[in-house]
Amino acid sequence: MTFDWNWNTAWDVLPILLAAFLQVTLVVTVVSTAIAAVLGLIIAMLRRSVPKPVDAVLKFAVDFIRMTPIVVQLLLVFYTFTNLDAITCGIIVFGIHYSTYMAEVYRAGIDAVPAGQWEATTALSMPKGRTWSAVIIPQALRATVPALGNYAISMFKDTPFLIIIGLVELVQAGLVYGGNTFRYTEALTLVGIIFLAASYPTSLLIGRLEKRLAFSY
Amino acid sequence: MPSATDNTPAIRFENVEKRFGDNVVLKDLNFSVAKGDRVTLIGPSGSGKTTILRLVMTLEELSDGYIFVDGDPLTYEKRDGKRVALKEKHRNEIRKRIGMVFQQFNLFPNMTVIENIIEAPVHVLGMSKADAKEKARGLLKQVGLADKADQHPLELSGGQQQRVAIARALAMDPDILLLDEVTSALDPEIVGEVLGVLRKIAETTDITMLIVTHEMQFAKDVSNRVLMFDGGRIVEEDTPEVIFSNPKHERTKKFLHAIV
Repeated sequence: MTFDWNWNTAWDVLPILLAAFLQVTLVVTVVSTAIAAVLGLIIAMLRRSVPKPVDAVLKFAVDFIRMTPIVVQLLLVFYTFTNLDAITCGIIVFGIHYSTYMAEVYRAGIDAVPAGQWEATTALSMPKGRTWSAVIIPQALRATVPALGNYAISMFKDTPFLIIIGLVELVQAGLVYGGNTFRYTEALTLVGIIFLAASYPTSLLIGRLEKRLAFSY
Repeated sequence: MPSATDNTPAIRFENVEKRFGDNVVLKDLNFSVAKGDRVTLIGPSGSGKTTILRLVMTLEELSDGYIFVDGDPLTYEKRDGKRVALKEKHRNEIRKRIGMVFQQFNLFPNMTVIENIIEAPVHVLGMSKADAKEKARGLLKQVGLADKADQHPLELSGGQQQRVAIARALAMDPDILLLDEVTSALDPEIVGEVLGVLRKIAETTDITMLIVTHEMQFAKDVSNRVLMFDGGRIVEEDTPEVIFSNPKHERTKKFLHAIV
């Protein structure tokens, strides 16, 4: 076995990979993370506010989505809603799938806010909306940012599943290049490096954000 | 002090019962607190004192009976002989007249001291930010923390946090102030600074106060009435002079003997 590295090939494939990364991988990750973060918070807040039977229905729906593979969900949505283009389908499925994970993270964060904080908002006659936005969510977020960030990175690393609905994301772009030129090594090595180059700084950023949100003034 | 013309009690309990599961904490409780009264509730732990404050603040749901605040039903009312739960909107209107200071302070750690104090005046009473801030600064001065406005609660000592909590409750101009063991979480040497602030408020305002405390000297100084509780019932009530120096009931004697 020989390891044969050609710099010319590497320079040749890099722009192709970066284009696929920016147009598909990054777009899906960023938009889906935003959807998951907002939808997850809404689910977590609803689960605290609705009557028990409604909560049971929500819990079932959340568990159902969490306990089935994202590949199955991608295929199901893609072949059911045929009017959706692949990238929209990917964004929706990734956003909803990860919102169920993030909802659990938010729920833990909300549960960690001491009962005394809720009682203080009652004693001050604060309306529900203001209680959530000014008191509960800011305190709940502080504990949840690292876990949310990790799910965003984990989603990023799940994006190669998009291949199954025909999207040419980063990995598929590498495979296509390899298939045409028989030079897989350069293409797939660069794929790995691009993944690392994006997720490592993100994890550092999350660490800094976590410090900034802490109440250790 | 209380106006002599208005005889409607600030707080009235009518046949109040509170159960937690099978555990009956308060049973058929009747008492009232006149406007401007400072009533201290004493008794062993588990006797239901804190539950009474929490019921008035609507932090607990009544199991049976009624509570009236200045004559208005708080959470339930009698309608055609039936006991009917009042809507959240109504409860919230009555709740605005009541302030509470907690054992654990319960300040919002994500806000500065002054943000804690202006939160409800601005977002509940609709006061302008500038007015609320001016008022907050006055209150902070009153509790001796004028220089702490822009700090965060967790930067302050327990005694300072509790004084901020008092200012926060007062910022709503409550008719009734509930004090729930406000010095129990504090180091003994800083209990005095908090009680000093409360004494001053008691002297300079006519706010009705319902107090649960283990500080008997404070109860003696501030309150004009003491209710001794045991097993969810009032076993004795009188002026602090009588209760603390010449209690009639055996249970009161035993309790006071044990804690002094």
